[in-house]
Amino acid sequence: MEMRKAFCNYMLSAMAEDERLCVLDADLGNADGTLPLRKVFPERAFDVGIAEQNMASIAAGLSSYGFIPFITSFACFASRRICDQVAISCAYARQNVKIVGTDPGITAELNGGTHMAVEDLGVLRSIPGMVLFEPSDETELIKAMPQIIERPGPVYIRLHRKEVKDLHGDDYAFELGRADVLRPGNDVSIFATGSVMVNNALSAAAALEQQGVSAEVINIHTVKPIDSAAVAASLAKTGAGVTCENHNVIGGLHSAVCEAAAAGCPAPLKAIGFQDVCGQVGSAKELAAVFGMTTEDIVGAALRAISRKGR
Amino acid sequence: MKDLGQICREIRELTLGSIYSIGKGHVGGCMSIVEVLATLYFDEMNIDPTEPRKAGRDRLIVSKGHAGPAVYATLAARGYFPREELQTLNKVGTNLPSHCDMNKTTGIDMTTGSLGQGFSCAVGVAIGSKLAGDGAVIYTIIGDGESQEGQIWEAAMYAAHRKLDNLIAFTDCNRMQIDGMVDEVCSLGDLDAKWSAFGWHVQRIDGHDCAAIHEAIEKAKAEKGRPSMILLDTVKGKGVSFAIEAGVGCHSMNVSREQYESAMDELAR
Repeated sequence: MEMRKAFCNYMLSAMAEDERLCVLDADLGNADGTLPLRKVFPERAFDVGIAEQNMASIAAGLSSYGFIPFITSFACFASRRICDQVAISCAYARQNVKIVGTDPGITAELNGGTHMAVEDLGVLRSIPGMVLFEPSDETELIKAMPQIIERPGPVYIRLHRKEVKDLHGDDYAFELGRADVLRPGNDVSIFATGSVMVNNALSAAAALEQQGVSAEVINIHTVKPIDSAAVAASLAKTGAGVTCENHNVIGGLHSAVCEAAAAGCPAPLKAIGFQDVCGQVGSAKELAAVFGMTTEDIVGAALRAISRKGR
Repeated sequence: MKDLGQICREIRELTLGSIYSIGKGHVGGCMSIVEVLATLYFDEMNIDPTEPRKAGRDRLIVSKGHAGPAVYATLAARGYFPREELQTLNKVGTNLPSHCDMNKTTGIDMTTGSLGQGFSCAVGVAIGSKLAGDGAVIYTIIGDGESQEGQIWEAAMYAAHRKLDNLIAFTDCNRMQIDGMVDEVCSLGDLDAKWSAFGWHVQRIDGHDCAAIHEAIEKAKAEKGRPSMILLDTVKGKGVSFAIEAGVGCHSMNVSREQYESAMDELAR
């Protein structure tokens, strides 16, 4: 199922049971798949027009009234465009606003560089108290939703809105803020976030196995607060790591993992992601090759990281 | 209608006293909204200082958040917290920071300070009240300089679109901003016509006349199907000669002992 559809379906049932929940769009209700909510909940699901800043602050006002608003837009507008509104109206004011940013990084595809959020995690990660979550599949998204709703304060959901491969079963014991070890290994740690990079990381681990390299794949669905203990524990075992993010390698997952490693278990770390460059048009597959985010790129980075052990 | 003159005088004295206790502050924009604050908190708003977070209460969002000291003085005078607390203004660890903070100060309904945002928040609060069906009136105060922020007009458009007749806004038209006169920095043009064109019910009155403010609020409450804007013609630094003489410099200024004492004498007259 498309992730946007999964989100909408979840909200359809949650909003029926919880009258605090609201969903606000800024003219991307169609793209973000939230239009069905307006038919069922016309008072609590509405469109403010093309005015993302207004949307973020209106949501803060609703939160002050006891509501739990979700605001949706493309990831670029849901972060850099409304940075000050998130920082002040939402985070500083400790409002319970949930932000859904869709089409992150290369998944913006033909919308191109202007719409390709490569800095959303970095922009929002530096705002005090923000929680950043990027699901790797539908199961993870749905299991996270009640925890996100019940956790006071602003949370950012970085959502690939199209259909993605399911990696988890119903027995997945998801916990916001706790890393998810998808594949144990001993020679190198591959930390990944989001469906695109987690899938590529798993493929890379399989390819590395063919070369006799045992790679541990850790899904960092919560980039902030990062599970520092899990990062350090894995690096203590493997001694080297790779970070994989569909985002600039500055400010997002790589930075967060480096911070955790520096404090807990310093080790050589290679970074897969946008190498401090802006996005461009193309299919996600083409762009993964352009920006060095393919399975092969991860394999190469893992081998380079391993070669630096102990130096 | 109560005689609010004495209350306005006390709010000015308390505001200036708290600013003097730290030696500097936003004197001008505090003094220009004293009459509207007094009218709201002592005459119009359905509030209970003993139950500051009571559901269904009327609310005030001071979007020009730098007027915090005047709001705090009003809240203290109204009984939300002891007047002595005003002496902690802007001291480390205080509950009374320069800009309004709902998580710190008893009686503050919204955190503001980044201009334009509070006005959007007020629109969200007004929608919240409509959803709750509690009949509250949501008041908000913006500055004329603040009206240069694009977010004000995003919110203005949407409030009219949603027919938020439970939203009553004031613009403190003191005609000054930090870098100069509003007309010299970036003129707002015909503000009355702009708000009318955005679909609001518009009134313009003397912002230092409590009776006129009361009357305008009553008219605004009677207006159905659209939000109301009450444009207040005000004087930045009103009632405090040294601030008025400082001109645009009174936005944020030092207050000496001599200035404080002469102003207190002036207010007592």
